[in-house]
Amino acid sequence: MNFKLRVWRQEASEAKGRLVNYYATDVSPHTSFLEMLDIVNERLVEKGEDPIAFESDCREGICGTCSLTINGEAHGPDHPGAACQLYMRRFKDGATITVEPFRARPFRLVRDLVVSRSALDRIVQAGGFVSARSGSAPEANSIPVPKHDADLAMEAAACIGCGACAAACPNASAMLFTSAKVSHLALLPQGNAERTARVLRMVGQMDAEGFGNCTNTYECEAVCPAEISASFIAKLNREYALATLRKKSGM
Amino acid sequence: MLGIGQSRLTVLNPTFSLPPRPTQPADRILIVAPLSAFYRSSIGKKFVVAVTGVILIGFVVGHLLGNLQIFFGPEYINSYAEKLRSLGVLLWVIRAFLLVTVVLHIYFTIRLAIDNRRARPTAYAKKDHVKATFASRSMTLSGLIVLAFIVYHLAHFTVRVADPRFALLKADPLNRYDVYSMMVYGFQNALVSAFYVIAMFLLTLHLSHGASSFFQSLGLNDKKMTPRLARGARVFAWLIFAGYTSIPVAVLLGLVRPAQQL
Amino acid sequence: MIGELEAKVPAGPLETKWSGYKDHARLVSPANRRKLEVIVVGSGLAGGSAAATLGEQGYHVKCFCFQDSPRRAHSIAAQGGINAAKNYQNDGDSVFRLFYDTIKGGDFRSREANVYRLAEVSNLIIDQCVEQGVPFAREYGGLLANRSFGGAQVSRTFYARGQTGQQLLLGAYQSLCRQIDVGTVKMYSRTEMLDVVLVEGHAKGIITRDLTSGEIEVHAADAVVLATGGYGNVFYLSTNARGSNVTATYRAYKKGALFGNPCFTQIHPTCIPVSGQHQSKLTLMSESLRNDGRVWVPKTKGEQRSPAAIPEAERDYYLERKYPSYGNLAPRDISSRSAKEACDEGRGVGPGGRGVYLDFADAIARLGEPTIRERYGNLFDIYEKITGEDAYQQPMRIYPAVHYTMGGLWVDYNLMSNVPGLHVIGEANFSDHGANRLGASALMQGLADGYFVLPYTLPTYLAGQIGKRPSIDHPAFREAETDVRARIAKMIEVNGTRTVDSFHRELGLLMWDRCGMARNTAGLREALGRIPALREEFWRNVRIPGHGAEYNQSLERAGRVADYLEFAELMCIDALERDESCGGHFREEHQTPEGEALRNDEKFAAVFAWEFQGNGTIEPPRLHREPLHFESVELTQRSYK
Ligand SMILES: Cc1cc2nc3c(=O)[nH]c(=O)nc-3n(C[C@H](O)[C@H](O)[C@H](O)COP(=O)(O)OP(=O)(O)OC[C@H]3O[C@@H](n4cnc5c(N)ncnc54)[C@H](O)[C@@H]3O)c2cc1C
Ligand code: HEM
Ligand code: HEM
Ligand code: SF4
Ligand code: F3S
Ligand code: FES
Repeated sequence: MNFKLRVWRQEASEAKGRLVNYYATDVSPHTSFLEMLDIVNERLVEKGEDPIAFESDCREGICGTCSLTINGEAHGPDHPGAACQLYMRRFKDGATITVEPFRARPFRLVRDLVVSRSALDRIVQAGGFVSARSGSAPEANSIPVPKHDADLAMEAAACIGCGACAAACPNASAMLFTSAKVSHLALLPQGNAERTARVLRMVGQMDAEGFGNCTNTYECEAVCPAEISASFIAKLNREYALATLRKKSGM
Repeated sequence: MLGIGQSRLTVLNPTFSLPPRPTQPADRILIVAPLSAFYRSSIGKKFVVAVTGVILIGFVVGHLLGNLQIFFGPEYINSYAEKLRSLGVLLWVIRAFLLVTVVLHIYFTIRLAIDNRRARPTAYAKKDHVKATFASRSMTLSGLIVLAFIVYHLAHFTVRVADPRFALLKADPLNRYDVYSMMVYGFQNALVSAFYVIAMFLLTLHLSHGASSFFQSLGLNDKKMTPRLARGARVFAWLIFAGYTSIPVAVLLGLVRPAQQL
Repeated sequence: MIGELEAKVPAGPLETKWSGYKDHARLVSPANRRKLEVIVVGSGLAGGSAAATLGEQGYHVKCFCFQDSPRRAHSIAAQGGINAAKNYQNDGDSVFRLFYDTIKGGDFRSREANVYRLAEVSNLIIDQCVEQGVPFAREYGGLLANRSFGGAQVSRTFYARGQTGQQLLLGAYQSLCRQIDVGTVKMYSRTEMLDVVLVEGHAKGIITRDLTSGEIEVHAADAVVLATGGYGNVFYLSTNARGSNVTATYRAYKKGALFGNPCFTQIHPTCIPVSGQHQSKLTLMSESLRNDGRVWVPKTKGEQRSPAAIPEAERDYYLERKYPSYGNLAPRDISSRSAKEACDEGRGVGPGGRGVYLDFADAIARLGEPTIRERYGNLFDIYEKITGEDAYQQPMRIYPAVHYTMGGLWVDYNLMSNVPGLHVIGEANFSDHGANRLGASALMQGLADGYFVLPYTLPTYLAGQIGKRPSIDHPAFREAETDVRARIAKMIEVNGTRTVDSFHRELGLLMWDRCGMARNTAGLREALGRIPALREEFWRNVRIPGHGAEYNQSLERAGRVADYLEFAELMCIDALERDESCGGHFREEHQTPEGEALRNDEKFAAVFAWEFQGNGTIEPPRLHREPLHFESVELTQRSYK
């Protein structure tokens, strides 16, 4: 198969970027999208040009490292799935494919298609944890957790932290990411004690990072490789309002 | 005190220079004044939009029911209008309340829109949407056009400066202002009617998203309800459209005629 | 020169060694902990849990990872589960049984005392993770669920959907985040460690490269902990993440740390086969598939028909034929080798003849498609995503792939290497898994090391180190930094014609053929002849575009491949020297008539720990042996007939 690629090239964070055309020729339909980029890069290096910088690690959809906007969709057209799980057989032979980085103000561009997503780490640092010192835990079965709650918590916890939600959101909002972590911990008894402070601080940090505001467009849930449901955003809104009330009443 | 540690919202990862941090010491606000922190937060602002949105929806429904009385003849609608006016001070209280609601709704939506624009300084060269509907992406635009409509509409039917003929209208047999005839004359102008229909369409667009969206904003949604609410909102919005546009359409088709000649 | 290897195992009966150790270990007072700095390289299960715990205890911790976030460490990819001796199923499990299974699974090539301690703390791990909010699978009553996993007769594996590694890592990551928030841990993401710095023989710092800016940085500390994971990517294709590498441990090896059992690698039988030349990684399919799938290849060589067109009589269900009692559930290494044999005979299927069928037709006929869909739906989906084939309609194709490396830096009972101050945890050390690792035991080991072992053993070293942290102006730092810079400059200057990946691919293929699932003297000697030549070509002909002072992925990879090109040689030497078969190390010369690994306990019941020789050059390494003594278990020959 043959493809025309329009790839975002930008040497460094402050440099000016632009779309550059490349041609990927003779690509097997069983090649993954990232492997196709590998091939393009090998040829670029052989020609003495700078390869296209893009990130990946696990290449099986779990680490959340890959971060490409392909033809205007975060992670490309094969939802649900990360960019590394996209295969060329998904495209028409001869197609033109536009590849851009994940765009949102807090995702500072590092090079070409690589962005920094440490803003998401800082949101978790603001409270996305249970303060359980190693060695202080009670026997694991001492607090039964209803299966329904445990399963729902797992659904929320499945977030791979890729940032596609913010990249795809028309408002560059990180609500789906934040809601997933808040919901995961709020659904479990172990997370209950810090529930109020957690949601207030995490939302505070999310806003401080410069993400946009959710206007309930649900684009995030459509591109989320972990199929995190936007209904967790409703849960986050609820948690936040209740936390404010609890704070207000001095609890 | 916060349950979690003792810390500031600062960048602790020294490896990167990050976007400049806002100066607001968010944690202190959270502790000292949870409510003001609430309204500063993205979620709090959305709450205001949602609550004012619900009030506005209430008004839109009530106003529609009032207006539909035109089909029962001048008797009904004129006396309805009269009753409203006889509320006196209360009417002004309601108007003030509505005004504040609209102002808040607009103020917060515009602020959100500005933030959102800032949140993506470099736009995508190519952007596709998988699930985000056109309506949901054009809330500010549809809202602003509705606002423009409201301004015109107030000039038209409330202050009655938009149409010189309204000044010529006589009181009705019970000596009330003849709202009925005013509306009919107003809509006999095809251009005016067309503008109303277009505005109603944008309102419909706005509500087709807004009428389900507020459940989510207020945290009243879950996974099962999302598709149902979305469908419900669309049906609701189109009912509103049908209701409102039926009036100019009926006038233009000559189904409703003026009660007095000018 | 290194003398006798001292494992420092406490005296006393196996059951009380660890508690006795804890009762008498040296401690560091809270006031002094604030004065001590610890470098933790790696933020996976081992590094993440260690950094968080040490931070909680009040040490100043600097934690490093090359990914853009500590949450992306390779541990995230583990699917199956984590073992613990909780005996929640009341099916006869116990600490001793978990210990015994692990020792036996490792084919009696691990240290008894370490493995017993691992089994002992396994239960604490589950408690800890549940408290952190890890959403383990639960039963309707709200209590924790278990599943059974290969190599065990009890159900002791805890799991969180098919994402156990992810959830455990997020638990550790969240604890780490908490410490970052309170300021006890400083996180350096996208930072790669390129060397250890020794001051007067003690590990007192590291040299790193900031991958974003290319800046070379120097960090001093009172102790260094390596938790940098496995080196399966020496084979180029493996189930490991693309970034997994040997650099940190290999550079430590070159600074004098001993490398233990480098040739011990585990091959996983059920992976999706290679589809073409440009494949960049292999994807693991859960072994559970073997519960219902039947493995077969055509009886005739070069069979061209589609699987459905091959009649029953012309299929060879070789596992059922050769191992009638275990059949398709034969252990990982046996089933991997049998697949390779079938393909070597020319009976393999799919592109390049490197695959065997895993057929669900019988299971579907017996149980119905809905049942199969319920059991394996997500795996079938992954398979379809990657291959474009529908495994409900046609058999899956599977092939073995490199999965885990049991070898690593040699450590004593304190998890300290022979270099004082240099501690090694998780997959990076030569580990508790001997010659073969049981499923669901790597996660257990990583977290045991990080949460419950290192925090007790590190103070043993640190207690004597207060006030001894050198300044980064010490000549040792400057020297190491200069070396690192020189190496990078040299690599870029080559400016040849071949890409980094082309070298890596060539090396990987060679290693897979000659030092993979089955090894023999001739093959290993051949590899030992070819690796230096390839290495020489690398340093003469590699092309790395750009320069060192920028974000440069080619340069990152080149550094890792350069280390693999040296390390591969060490692996082959070790494989050649270990003239027996054991666990995942299969020397064709040593097998039972049934084709089983044939151990030679008399000569090889020992850890092989290699010492780097050479100065700017690579000389044949020096072998040290740590004899393994078994007091609580009897060495047996396994049989799966
Ligand atoms: C696909 C797959 C499935 C698996 N499933 C299971 C399972 O079900 N059960 C089980 O028990 N085990 C399983 N394993 C094995 C298990 O996941 C690993 O052995 C274990 O997670 C290793 O953890 P670690 O902390 O030692 O290393 P890793 O998680 O690999 O972490 C290494 C860390 O070191 C850092 N690092 C490495 N080099 C450098 C450097 N030079 N400079 C700076 N930082 C560096 C990395 O950034 C990373 O943070 C599986 C493995 C794979 C590949
Ligand atoms: C076909 C559609 C509509 C008709 C026929 C109509 C008619 C009228 C009339 C007759 C009045 C004057 C009432 C009076 O002064 O006694 C009025 C007032 C008003 N209308 Fe409408 N209207 C329509 C649509 C709308 C819509 C869609 C909105 C808002 C979104 C709206 C908002 C208002 C407001 C805010 C007032 C002023 C109320 C007040 O006096 O306080 N109208 N309308
Ligand atoms: C009579 C007029 C109006 C009504 C009935 C109305 C109603 C609503 C409702 C119900 C919502 C959904 C709230 C939510 O999502 O939680 C909403 C959202 C919104 N409205 Fe309005 N609105 C009106 C006018 C306007 C105007 C004049 C603007 C002008 C800017 C506007 C802009 C928005 C925007 C941008 C949103 C999206 C925010 C969101 O989805 O939360 N609206 N509106
Ligand atoms: S919520 Fe989904 S899209 Fe967002 S970071 Fe998590 S996995 Fe990625
Ligand atoms: S796409 Fe954006 S608008 Fe909200 S629902 Fe998702 S965050
Ligand atoms: S590379 Fe790990 S999710 Fe894509």
